[in-house]
Order: sequence, then C-alpha cells, then structure tokens
Amino acid sequence: MGKDYAVIVVGGGHAGCEAALAAARLGCKTLMITMNLDTIAQLSCNPAIGGPAAKSHLVREIDALGGEMGKVIDQTYLNIRMLNLSRGPAVHALRAQADKVKYRAVMTMTLESQPNLTVRQGMVSKLLYEDGAICGVQLNTGTKITGETVVLATGTFLRGVVVIGDVRYPGGRQGEPSADDLSQSLVDAGLRLARFQTATPPRVHADSVDYGKLTCQPGSKKPLRFSFDTPLVVREQIPCWYTRTTPDTIRVIQKNIELSPIQSGTVQGKGPRYCPSIDRKVMRFPDKVDHQIFLEPEGEYTKELYCLGLTTSMPEHIQAKILQTIPGLENAQIMRSGYAVEYDYILPDQTYPTLESKVIKGLFTAGQINGTSGYEEAAAQGLIAGINAAHKVLGRPPLILSRSQAYIGVLIDDLVTKGTDEPYRMMTSRAEYRLILRQDNADLRLRELGYKIGLIDEQRYQKLKAKRAAIQNTLKWLRETPVSPTKEVRDYLIQLGSGDLKKAVTLHEILQRPELKFGDLEFFAPLPELDPEVIEQVEIECKFKGYIERQLKQIEEFNKMEDISIPDDIDYFQIKGLRSEAKERLTAIRPTSVGQAARISGVSPADINVLLVILKGENHVSA
Amino acid sequence: MFSDTIAAISTALGEAGIGIIRISGNEAINIADQVFRGKGKKQLTELPGFTVRYGKIVDSEGTTIDEALALVMRAPNSYTGEDVVEFQCHGGVVVMQKILDLLLSLGARLAEPGEFTKRAFLNGRMDLSQAEAVIDIIRSKTDRSLGVAVQQLEGSLSRRIQSLREKLYDLIVQVEVAIDFPEDDIPEIGLETMKTVLLDVLAEITKLIETADNGKVLREGIKTVITGKPNVGKSSLLNRLLDENRALVTDIPGTTRDIIEEVLNINGIPLRLIDTAGIRDSEDRVEQLGVQRALELVDEADLILHVLDISRELESEDIQLLTKLKERKRILIINKVDLPRQWDSRSYLLSSGYIDEQVPVVEISLTEDKLDPLLDCIVGLIMGGLVQIERENAIITRSRHKHALAEAKQDLEQALETLDQGLPIDLISIGLNGALEHLGEITGETVRENIIERIFAQFCIGK
Repeated sequence: MGKDYAVIVVGGGHAGCEAALAAARLGCKTLMITMNLDTIAQLSCNPAIGGPAAKSHLVREIDALGGEMGKVIDQTYLNIRMLNLSRGPAVHALRAQADKVKYRAVMTMTLESQPNLTVRQGMVSKLLYEDGAICGVQLNTGTKITGETVVLATGTFLRGVVVIGDVRYPGGRQGEPSADDLSQSLVDAGLRLARFQTATPPRVHADSVDYGKLTCQPGSKKPLRFSFDTPLVVREQIPCWYTRTTPDTIRVIQKNIELSPIQSGTVQGKGPRYCPSIDRKVMRFPDKVDHQIFLEPEGEYTKELYCLGLTTSMPEHIQAKILQTIPGLENAQIMRSGYAVEYDYILPDQTYPTLESKVIKGLFTAGQINGTSGYEEAAAQGLIAGINAAHKVLGRPPLILSRSQAYIGVLIDDLVTKGTDEPYRMMTSRAEYRLILRQDNADLRLRELGYKIGLIDEQRYQKLKAKRAAIQNTLKWLRETPVSPTKEVRDYLIQLGSGDLKKAVTLHEILQRPELKFGDLEFFAPLPELDPEVIEQVEIECKFKGYIERQLKQIEEFNKMEDISIPDDIDYFQIKGLRSEAKERLTAIRPTSVGQAARISGVSPADINVLLVILKGENHVSA
Repeated sequence: MFSDTIAAISTALGEAGIGIIRISGNEAINIADQVFRGKGKKQLTELPGFTVRYGKIVDSEGTTIDEALALVMRAPNSYTGEDVVEFQCHGGVVVMQKILDLLLSLGARLAEPGEFTKRAFLNGRMDLSQAEAVIDIIRSKTDRSLGVAVQQLEGSLSRRIQSLREKLYDLIVQVEVAIDFPEDDIPEIGLETMKTVLLDVLAEITKLIETADNGKVLREGIKTVITGKPNVGKSSLLNRLLDENRALVTDIPGTTRDIIEEVLNINGIPLRLIDTAGIRDSEDRVEQLGVQRALELVDEADLILHVLDISRELESEDIQLLTKLKERKRILIINKVDLPRQWDSRSYLLSSGYIDEQVPVVEISLTEDKLDPLLDCIVGLIMGGLVQIERENAIITRSRHKHALAEAKQDLEQALETLDQGLPIDLISIGLNGALEHLGEITGETVRENIIERIFAQFCIGK
C-alpha cells in the first residue's frame, strides 16, 4: 500500500527547512508540517548566522553539500563581518546579522516554491509505527498522514515550558504553544528523554536607545558571502552597537539574585555554558563588572533591538532595572522580555550517525531534539537527516560524514558517540584536524559529494572542477618557476621587508615566506589572471604546506580504523574477551565503525583489538 | 593493512641467554639495516627471506652496542606475514633497551602488547580457530600492563608529566578561547609569555629524556631485594626464582658476598631481583662493604622478600632485621618448613608485633616445594597496587614513555618555530596540542574534552 509521503518533516525551524528541501530535491515526495506557517525559519534567539567556534564553517559545509542556509542569509543580512583574521586561516569566522523578518520570508518562499514539497500547518501529536518501523504521524485534529520516513525537528517545543521569574507556563517559544502529546508518544515508543533549557535576552525599542553612549560596529567593506554561489558584492549595511554593564548592573543582579530562576530552581534542565545568562555570569565571575552588551537590529521592518549579552529569565521588573544601569539603555523600552525555555530532548545515544533512531526504524531526528543548540548545528543535522531519510526511501547507502571530512561529521559523531550533558554547541576545539576543516575550502572538501548525492547541479560542479584545476595548475607553476638570487631580486625582497636570498629557489619557496603575498610575485613573472578565491587557496596551500601535510598524514592513520565497518547485527555479548563494561557500552551505542567504537568511553584499546580480531574472523567466514 | 613498522623486545625482560628484538612492517628491513653491520658484504636489504647474518649492532655514531645475529624474513613468509627482522643478541636489559630505542628513533613504533600476534592473525597467518587464543594473548598482556600503568599514575614520573601538561593546558586554553570566543573581550595571550612557558616546558622534557638515558635507572623492573640473615636460603630463593644456578649455594655462612642482581619475569611483570650479602655484623672488610650496600638497597627497594629459617631459633640479627623492615613493603618467607619447627611462624611474628595483618607470610621449603604460592603473593601485591613504584622512570613501558617524550619535544620545537616565524596562533596550537597528546599517552588521559571544560571553568564567555 502506497504511503502519502516518502518523507514527512515535523517542524519548520532551521533543521526542518534543510531536511524538507534536501528530501524534496532528491526526488522524494515530501511533507513539511509546522505548527505555524508564519514562523518558518524563525530566528528565536540571536538574529545572526555564522560566527566563530565553527558556526560559519557549518554554514559553508551545508552550502557545499547543497543546503539552503548560506543562500538565505546572503540575501537577508543586515551586516556581515569576517572575524578572527589574525588567528589563522582555519579559524576565520564569517558572521552575519540577519534581518529576521526577511530571513523567514525568503526561506518560506523557497520552501513553498520547491517541487515535490508540500508545506502545511498542523500540530503532530503522535507517531504512527508498526513492528518498530515508522509509518506516519497523527495530528491533534485526528488526521493521520502516512509516510515511509519521518524527520522530527521539533526544536524546543517538546513539552516546552517558558520561564520568567517565578512564572512558568507551557510554551515552545514565548507566545507559542508547546507540543506535549508528541513527547508522550516518544516515551510510549520506548525512547528515553531528558530536559535541557536555554534562554534569550530582552529586546528593546530602537528609538528608546541613546546612541550617543554606544559604540558603533560597522559591517565589512570587503565583499563577503556564505554561499559559494552568491556573487561577491558589497551591500549597504546597518551597523550593530555595543556598550558595557556597570558596577550598578552587577549590584542590581546580586541584590535580586534570589529572583533568578537559575538560583531559585524555577527553571530546570541543564543550560548551555557558552550562552550563560547575565545572572549566571555575575554569580560565577563576581569580579567582572564590564560585560560587553551588543545591540543588534532584528530587521529592516522592525524596531526591535536584540540585547546580546543580557540573556536572563529574571522577573520582568528586574530586567527593566538591569537595563537602566547600562549606558545608552537607561530609558530603553522593553518590547519583549528575556525568558528561559525548558524542553525535552532525546538522549542521543539512541541515534545512529545517520541520525536515524535505533528505536524506531525510519524515524530521523535533527536539531535541538538531539541535544544540540544553535541554528547552524540544527541546519547541519537537518540536511543530513533529510538526505538519509531520502536515501532510505530510495534504497541508497546512508551518508555519514567523517570527523576528518567536516565539522558536521564531528558534530554528529560527538553527539551519538559521547552524548552530551548540556546543549551541544560546535567549537573548533572539538575538531582534531582544524587546519583541514577550513571554511574557505568547504567547497573543495564537500561539493563533489553534494554532486554525487544529487544536491549540487552539473553547472556548479563544473565550476568546482575548474577552481580545483586552477589551484593545482598555479601551485605547479609556482613549483616549476625558478628564481635566481640576482641583485634585483635581492633588493626587491629586502625592500618588501623580507629576508635576503642566498641561493636559487622557486616561486613556491618565495611565497612560503610569511610576509609575502601572491601579488608580490608579479615582480618575478607575469601572473596568471586568477579568481581571488583561487589565490586564497594557493596562498594557504603554499604557506602552510608542512602543517597541512602533517594533518593529512594524521587523517590517513585515523581513517584506517574509520574504514573498518562493524556489521549491524553483531552480538557483543557473544564475544569472549570483551570486558563487560565494553560489551554494555558497545551494545548501547552500536558503533558503525571500529574508529567510532574506539571513541566510546568505557571501551579500551584492548577491547578494540579484540573487536578487530573478531571482525577479521567474520570476514574469514564470509570469504 | 598496516603501514607502520613496529618493534619490541620479544623475549621477556630478564630471561637469561639470548634476547630477541623483533621488527615487523614495510620498513622493517630498512630500519634494521641502518643499525646492523654484517660480516658479509651484502646489506640486509639485499638478502632473501630466511637468511641469517652475523654482525654487530651499532648506534648512529658507529659505536658497537652488541653482537647479534640478524634473521631476515620477507613477507608473506614470516610470523606476522610482513617483512620481519629479528635480532638475537646477548640479552642484557640495558643493551636490549638501547637497541630498541635506536630502532624507535629510526621510525619504528613500539609494538603494543600482543600486536605481533594480532598482525599475524589479521594478515591471515593464523587459522580462524586460533582467534580465541589470540584474544587471550591480547587480553592477558594488556590487562597486566594496564595494572602496572595504573600504579605508575601514582609515581613521580606521572606527577612530573602532569605538571608539564598543566602548563601546556594553560597555554592551549588561552589560545583556544581566543580562537573560539574572539568577541568576548578576553585579553589575548602574549607571544612572549607563550614563548617563555614553551621554553620552560621544553627544557623540562629534555631533562626527563636525559634521565631516561641515564644508566643509573636504566635497569627496569620492580626493585625487589631479598633479605635475611646468612644461610636462611636467600640464594636458594634467588636460584629457584631464576630457575638456574647462578649464585653459589653452600652451607657456609657468608659465601654470597657480592650483590647479585637479576631481572626476572613473573607473569609479565619484571622484577629486578637483588640478593644481598647476608646482612649481619661482620668484621670482614669485604663483607662489610657488601652489608652496608645491602642496607642501602633495602632503603631503595620497592619490595622486600625477607627470608626466615623456621628450623632455627630466631636470633638477635633476625629481630634487628625484622624491626628495620617494619615500615617496608615486604613478604615474609618462612623457609625450611620441611624441617622441625623451632618457632610459631606467622602467629609468633604477629603477636610480637613484627608484622601486622597486612603483611603476607608464605611458608615454604625452598628445596622441596613449588614456588607458586610465593609467586601468586608477589603478583597479588603488585597488581593490587600495594607496591608503590617511586622513581623517575617507568617500569615496563619506559621505551614507550621515552618515545612519547621525544615526540612531545618535537612538537614543542615546531610550535616554537611557528611562533618565531610570526605565524598565526592556530598554527602554534597544532604543536601545542600534539605535545599535550603525546604527554597524555604517558598518563593515559584524553585531551579534547578537558580543554573545553577548562575554557568554561576559567573564562567568562558566551552571551
């Protein structure tokens, strides 16, 4: 009996949007169902996309694989900047301030225009499954919709509770209802859930702010973009502003600390340490008084200003008092209060690296329901869940990105292998091979894969091939072009502030000097006409050659264990020689490769050796 | 399947006669060739499989370390199925370690416990029915070395490594927080400060590596001293333990004047066994020197095997010794239980306060009984963590540690170079993280989560 849909995506946030688009673009009849069509791709917290700690890397990787986030933010940013320029190419971070109204609109239009994709409003209250396999969803109106696969991307809505001061009421976001029945349906299906919480700061009216007391932070004058397909242009930009808290701010918070839901225990569930509320910061670091507060415009068609750095769920009247102590915000008028939200997530050890559930076949999960935090983290999982749901329907092998291939790989592997005891956020420090996983080379790393999957079209793939060829040819040319230490050459190098040249070298060696740029080579030979992004790659490949090669070699070693797959039906309790803790952990996590098995806590190197022997034995049998 | 070349001493430490060092992998013959000067004209690399050559093993300066036979086996016709070279040498612990260190410095990696067997299996050199036996080997070897590794955690080497790691953590956390939280106005770490710390850590690592080379601590194993007044059976014990007659055994008191030292392997745990000249008041000058040295050895020992003779009444010397050893980790061996007993064994020692309940007592006839109860007792004490090993160098895994230290040193030198070249901090972090990971191999700790924990603990970050 045919199902209504091949893929049903529940939720219209950043994970849901990517999942729905990917599945539909891969030719699957897809439904995206959301509680409110007006809040698709809502930026519920900070109106910004990208940023440091590998968030911009995630957006670039999503784009390289054929996802949508980068394209939408490129069309809708208010300002854009590149951060971390002095700290090395691998950690450059692109951050854009989003127009949240436009962002929503552009994403909504993209979804509604997508062939194979139906978008509709409705509240899912129940999962439908048979014999441990998903077969659809039921709405709170009683309507049943059948599907071969379901992607849950419910964000903070599962039994969501909004907290302000001592007030608690059900809600997935301020002003929106929570999804309580669906949580119960997950529990009934045998899934283990836990609680996390997260919070957001107050928004104030732009006209109530004294800009004379704020510092302006303009956007970049250089052309910047997230998507490899967006033309490089400089757009007119709206600046952000910043100010600082004062000793008075700290006093107000300290005096009223008993009213903080974190202190009083009104809010439960662990919150993210990298987004601490201002009350928590004051409690933990009482000596710091001048916390930076960024004021970020939320859009061209709204006067709301987001007060980044003032996250709190303290009572509304205290929030007002806090604002009064901050230069520039003395008379600020609150439009929305800060609040915390508590929600259910699925303990991620119940999920495969494909983002398919171990408990219900055909059920995929993405975003905050998996215990992560952040739009980019959510979108990345949505893309993978959407691709894998589609692949399951189409009978194709699942997509699992490696830790050595993408931050997306690091993110999902961390989640499903190690779990997380706080809302998980990406950080570059979580990656072993940071120098390889750069945001500038995301296309070179992943676009071909996107093409093979079918989310990158032929034209874009040809563009990638041309770029790759140009980089290789230029590097070859540099290696083959000799430079002699003539007087002119030596004078030129000294004049550039570079060192003297004693013997004949190649242009490649000249460019390896940290102080020299590709353009400086004009002196030695006529330079080929090249795209700036090609030049960027040539410079990085040349200047950091030794470091890059070292990491590539480490990756080669790393991949050996990753490449040994473990059959799904292996019974660890039948393996003599594994310690009982290892048997239990391996049975719970069900790693797909020996490499993943080795990262599980409680599994020792000796257990891995035993596993290798057993796997080899099985090959003997099958051979 | 395996690209790296592994090496290890394949005969147990301390086993007498010859010692075998085995090298296996793609580069095995090349690496072996660099240290071997054969009598014939041909290089090892030119030899066919199953060839034996006599020659010398030399270090990088050309100094001879030992004479050796080199056996060349070529893939797939070898134990592991890979290219294999085996050096058979004279087998002293010091010499074997030197040769192994040399091979490691040339690019071989120290084999993990059971790794040769594992490779043999994975390369199809063993029958499937042997899989379980292979697992047992891997299991037993690693578990034992893990037991000792846990002990080392309490040792002074670990503490020194730990303090170095703390310094590196401090640097890395500051670098990482700058990279991942650039908007959180955290003061950037000064490059000069970083350089000072780096040089400091580098100097300490260099010093540690030098200590590892120092002959004084080269002999490894749990320093075990056999004590007891003359003729209670100390040499018999030693000989039984070594299963061969190396020391003189007579019934004339005082014939074992020199300190005899052997390395013995009990279930994979190397004991550095020292037989003292009978500790007694003596007027013989030669013997006196021996006695004095013996008393020093008792002070340095990790474990004392104290032998008493139950067929003779305890004398004042026995009492003095028992009192002297009161604070030491020891096993009391009551010998000659085949003869008529003159005193009441364990209960007497307990009631007289010479031992407490914790001190193991083994009754045995060293001339007639099997040693198993004693061996079990020794292993039990060590595995139970009751014998503390307090010294700068590790026990079994010294080569591994030295290797890890050398790698850490290389990483730090690279970090310094990167810093001096004015390259960005992300690139400096590669060397820093590498060094931290290599030091972590010694203490067995992971790095990545710790860094993130520390960032959150130390800095007020996030919005």
